[in-house]
Amino acid sequence: MSLVINNLHVKIKENNREVLKGVNLNIPDGEIHAIMGPNGTGKSTLVQTLMGSNKYQITDGEIIFNGTKLNNLAVDERARLGLFLGMQYPTEITGVKNSDFIKAAMEATHPNHHLTVLQFLQRFEHCMNFLDIDHHYADRYLNEGFSGGEKKRNEILQMMMLKPRLAMLDEIDSGLDIDALKVVSNGINHMRAKDFSALIITHYDRILHYVTPDVVHVMMDGRVVTSGGPDLASKLEKEGYAKLRDQLGLKIKLVDDE
Amino acid sequence: MKTDLNQIDQKYQYGFKDKIKPVYTTGAGLNENVVRKISAEKHEPQWMLAIRLRAFHIYQRMPMPNFGPDLSHLNLNKIHYFQRDSDHVSRSWDDVPDTIKNTFQKIGVPQAERKYLAGAEAQYESEAVYTNLKSDLKKMGIIFMDTDSALKKHPDLVKQYFGKLVGAATNKFTALNTAVWSGGTFIYVPKGVHATVPLQSFFRINAGNTGQFERTLIIVDEGASINYVEGCTAPTYSEDSLHAAVVEVFVKKDAFCRYTTIQNWSHNVYSLETKRAVADAHARMEWIDGNLGSKITMKYPSVDLNGPYASGSMLSIAFAKHGVYQDTGAIMRHHAPYTSSNVISKSICKDGGVCNYRGKEKIEPNSKHSKSHVECDTIIMDDQSTTDTIPANIVRNGDSTMEHEARVSKISENDLYYLMSRGLSEKQATKMIIMGFIEPFSKQLPMEYAVELNKLIDLQM
Repeated sequence: MSLVINNLHVKIKENNREVLKGVNLNIPDGEIHAIMGPNGTGKSTLVQTLMGSNKYQITDGEIIFNGTKLNNLAVDERARLGLFLGMQYPTEITGVKNSDFIKAAMEATHPNHHLTVLQFLQRFEHCMNFLDIDHHYADRYLNEGFSGGEKKRNEILQMMMLKPRLAMLDEIDSGLDIDALKVVSNGINHMRAKDFSALIITHYDRILHYVTPDVVHVMMDGRVVTSGGPDLASKLEKEGYAKLRDQLGLKIKLVDDE
Repeated sequence: MKTDLNQIDQKYQYGFKDKIKPVYTTGAGLNENVVRKISAEKHEPQWMLAIRLRAFHIYQRMPMPNFGPDLSHLNLNKIHYFQRDSDHVSRSWDDVPDTIKNTFQKIGVPQAERKYLAGAEAQYESEAVYTNLKSDLKKMGIIFMDTDSALKKHPDLVKQYFGKLVGAATNKFTALNTAVWSGGTFIYVPKGVHATVPLQSFFRINAGNTGQFERTLIIVDEGASINYVEGCTAPTYSEDSLHAAVVEVFVKKDAFCRYTTIQNWSHNVYSLETKRAVADAHARMEWIDGNLGSKITMKYPSVDLNGPYASGSMLSIAFAKHGVYQDTGAIMRHHAPYTSSNVISKSICKDGGVCNYRGKEKIEPNSKHSKSHVECDTIIMDDQSTTDTIPANIVRNGDSTMEHEARVSKISENDLYYLMSRGLSEKQATKMIIMGFIEPFSKQLPMEYAVELNKLIDLQM
């Protein structure tokens, strides 16, 4: 069981710009993968497309998750198959209590696994303690007025509560101080299991000091250009993306190139 | 939050009709004789008949409202202006006819009813059939009964306050109500008494073409407080029916009154109500008003802030689906210094429904250092629906502040995406966003009402 992406081409609907230009990726069950890459290279587009965001359109290729083709499935259908996207910019929804929302999401993603209110609260409390989240966040409105770090913790809290099969974490480390980074990393490590896999999108190798990936992929200009073990991340951190590009002999302009 | 799909698919759940034969009816249409008959049937004092007759003549010459929704399809000659179901007001629940109990069961009233059995009063048809004054309310000296009974038992109190805030000539429908009123709730809270539990009443129209003209009169004496809650649901009919209620609330010095209403009229009901409150010095009046159904609703509850430091607030939601026109708002009149008012109006329109906010805030020259704040929030769910905000803000002195905010939005794609990425269907996600939008309203409701509101919104989605 795994996620298989074959020759995925994706464009942004709004301006017809092709962002993914033939992505191939394979994430077997039980593994944690990281995707690194310079800005504007399609990393977020990839996970948004996997989740089913309607801002993007698949023009070619296919996404197979545990044997099911995802290409034409709605966002909620994918979530119910076990996909989870920890968002880079989680939205704030006023009037909806965090705990009510998470309970509804658990019921939606695990329809056959009924939790009593007490069981739910116990698990919720356990996860909040684990992530060092103040308990009054249960009663606060979904992400409303949360700081950047609080929002990220809340994404990890949802992941721990929903127990997805595949968690995609889009720059979950951005805006986190070192303590929060450790807490978030603990949450991810805690999820490690035979039937769980993760895809961590990041710019820096910082989070990968705490969460050791099984595979590191590098994306440039809409493709996965190379893959390797955890040391690929530290190598990149030392040498930079431009050097790797030149070593690979790629003719790609990086967004931040002057 | 759980969504029961079966429930959503059901047709208007409350659209049923009990088989009850009125014991007495004046038949369709209105003339002076009908007014006399109503008064005679109730054995009213002469002065009430005089009020009715005077109002009837005002009604005859008053024009229909010249603003807002089109009322030309309302056929006032087809309305039954009075009918009686049971010939006495039941004292105990056991005496309430089974068919009526069944009705309350169908609309899910029993939970609330059982809980507040002793203190609740339910209006059925044009009159209260069930009144049971909780004994501790009685001990506190609180009078809580239907207005017809109050007229018999406390004629002096009724005479002192009836029509003093909402005169017959206020508009055509207040004139009509004054001429043919029946039922409604009467509450008197003596000085310094705090009603510890909310007083509740359920209203409902039954029998096609029955006009419902209840007359509610609430007097909260100095330093006293009360929380009054009423809920309405009505069955669906092919012919139009009219609900033209008048509510008068007197909040004396240092007193507090909260008046909560949830209405879910079926989609052939014209709900044309006039609600007015007066708050004396340091008093506070709160309207909480939810309008979920009807064909046309015109309702602009008001507070006259008559004494220094008086405050008034309105917290409302309106939901308009196809064929529904909600023209609602609030009126705050500042007649004294240091008064404050706050209006929060939330509305949702869908499938071609219309939601308007029509309000007025007036700060008079003598109301220095007063504050008024109005916030109108609307969610338009599709391109067929419409909304308008029609405020009239008048400030007649330089030491007061007035703020008006209006926002119209659609359900955010980002919000939907986020919720759906956690497995909620589009319908569930939409409902969750809507429930969040009206949360400031629903969190003010007693538990049973919040649950009922949740179900009603579910049905509307």
